[in-house]
Amino acid sequence: MDIEQNEVVRQLHARDPQALGEVREFRGEVTIVVPRERLRRTAEFLCGERALGYTLLSDLSSIDRFPVEPRFEVNYHLVSMSRKERLRLKVRLSGSDPVVETVTPVWPGANWPEREVFDLFGIRFEGHPDLRRIVLPADWEGHPLRKDYPVEGPR
Amino acid sequence: MGTTVNTVTGRSQTMVLNMGPQHPSTHGVLRIVLELDGETVIKAVPEIGYLHTGIEKSCESKTYSQAITLTDRLDYLAPLSNNLCYCLAVEKLLGLEVPKRAQYIRVLLTELTRIGSHLVWLGTHAIDLGAMSMFLYCFREREEILKILEFVSGQRMMTSYFRIGGLALEPPTGWLEQVQKFVDMMPARIQEYEDLLTGNRIWHARTKGVGVIDAETCIAMGVTGPTLRSTGVAYDVRRFFPYSSYEEFEFDVPTRTEADCYARYLLRVEEMGQSLRIIQQAMEKIPPEGPIRTEAPGIVPPQREKMKTEMEALIYHFKIFTEGFAPPPGEVYQAIESPRGELGFYVASDGSPKPMRVKVRAPSFINLQALPNLVEGRLIADVVTCIGTIDIVLGEVDR
Repeated sequence: MDIEQNEVVRQLHARDPQALGEVREFRGEVTIVVPRERLRRTAEFLCGERALGYTLLSDLSSIDRFPVEPRFEVNYHLVSMSRKERLRLKVRLSGSDPVVETVTPVWPGANWPEREVFDLFGIRFEGHPDLRRIVLPADWEGHPLRKDYPVEGPR
Repeated sequence: MGTTVNTVTGRSQTMVLNMGPQHPSTHGVLRIVLELDGETVIKAVPEIGYLHTGIEKSCESKTYSQAITLTDRLDYLAPLSNNLCYCLAVEKLLGLEVPKRAQYIRVLLTELTRIGSHLVWLGTHAIDLGAMSMFLYCFREREEILKILEFVSGQRMMTSYFRIGGLALEPPTGWLEQVQKFVDMMPARIQEYEDLLTGNRIWHARTKGVGVIDAETCIAMGVTGPTLRSTGVAYDVRRFFPYSSYEEFEFDVPTRTEADCYARYLLRVEEMGQSLRIIQQAMEKIPPEGPIRTEAPGIVPPQREKMKTEMEALIYHFKIFTEGFAPPPGEVYQAIESPRGELGFYVASDGSPKPMRVKVRAPSFINLQALPNLVEGRLIADVVTCIGTIDIVLGEVDR
């Protein structure tokens, strides 16, 4: 996608060109793939910049593309109430090192969604204030939403 | 377990109290670990997961059409909202346009569901606070809504009436008369609820100034729906990101600024009135005849008549129900305004007939996160009010 087309992408590019790993548009939804180490800065910029105003983290979720590497993707669905726009940030993580920095200091509401992703995918969020399982019992083994986890449960 | 705190009379020991998971006012199986100093809540930690059924994982082993029946079971008080959101997401993935007639019928039924959901909320919230009769009145009216849903779809609650590309079947003759009867009856009934509660001194004492939260905290925590609107932020997905032709309807997004449980009560009551407005407009808009499903060979089941005369239609029908259909690889996020706030479905396809990932952005899950903000520093009796006021459905919290 052309960077000049979208105002948010343009501003992000002007501020930190390396934050834009890849920009895609599919069915009218803009996705920005951010390198892992740039995520926190990008999040702070999108949330803090008054003209952008992505103050609402609507959803945080993950997807497992096993056996493709990097297998994990973490998606951040943002809403800007002032611009009436949505944006998806995406971070790709490898299966051998599924760690990403937490965004709870930027959006405190990321707390439970990050715990859920940790619980069901086994992705760790560095700096999370309370990273423990949320929907499964604390002594559960494995991460059910991974593709190599059978639907009928462990045998 | 407890810690020592400073009180006005000196230092004292706190007590840890386990509320739930089996507690009538937790509206399901919610457990809250409360740390108390006397009757004051110092810390509240919600523990969830008792109703986790792995719906998102199950979706990955179903075809796109089969997964609709699972969505009913998320927010079981507003099943049609879930159906709608999931169908819209898959339709977006496929790039399908749904006929206007089906869109209006969807709007009408989803708004009916909203009223039904708010009625359950009002009834149970009132019974939590000791107003028994409200519960009976609210369920009396909700029964009328369920009767309409049964008449139209054949099911009272788990309707699965919205399908990818349109509706499951043509609504029966005379259904709009039933809706009209309900719309005519309802304003007087809403007035009855208001007569019982709005000026009630006990109701005021239990809800006014209780569970106050500010707009910044709400947005930071991702809280949406009536709780966010009670802080003065008019965020309603129907207005901000219209779907299913909502931009053609006239309705207000009520807001208040007190941000307490009483304000949220007033808001939900007003929302019921706004839903009636939308239903009335939808009834006028719905054309008496026209397609209820879009034409998309291989994706949307063909009409019954065509299957009897056309070979292709028969083959498509067989293939859709045995193999399903394969959307192009990609990912979409679709949000709607459910009775509880922003409901979102993230659906990702890898080009196979089964979704690669279905993620539900459940408003109850996110809103429940803010419960400690509402109750900490208040009395234990207010915990019940605060759980009620954020209107959670555990089926959707735990998924």
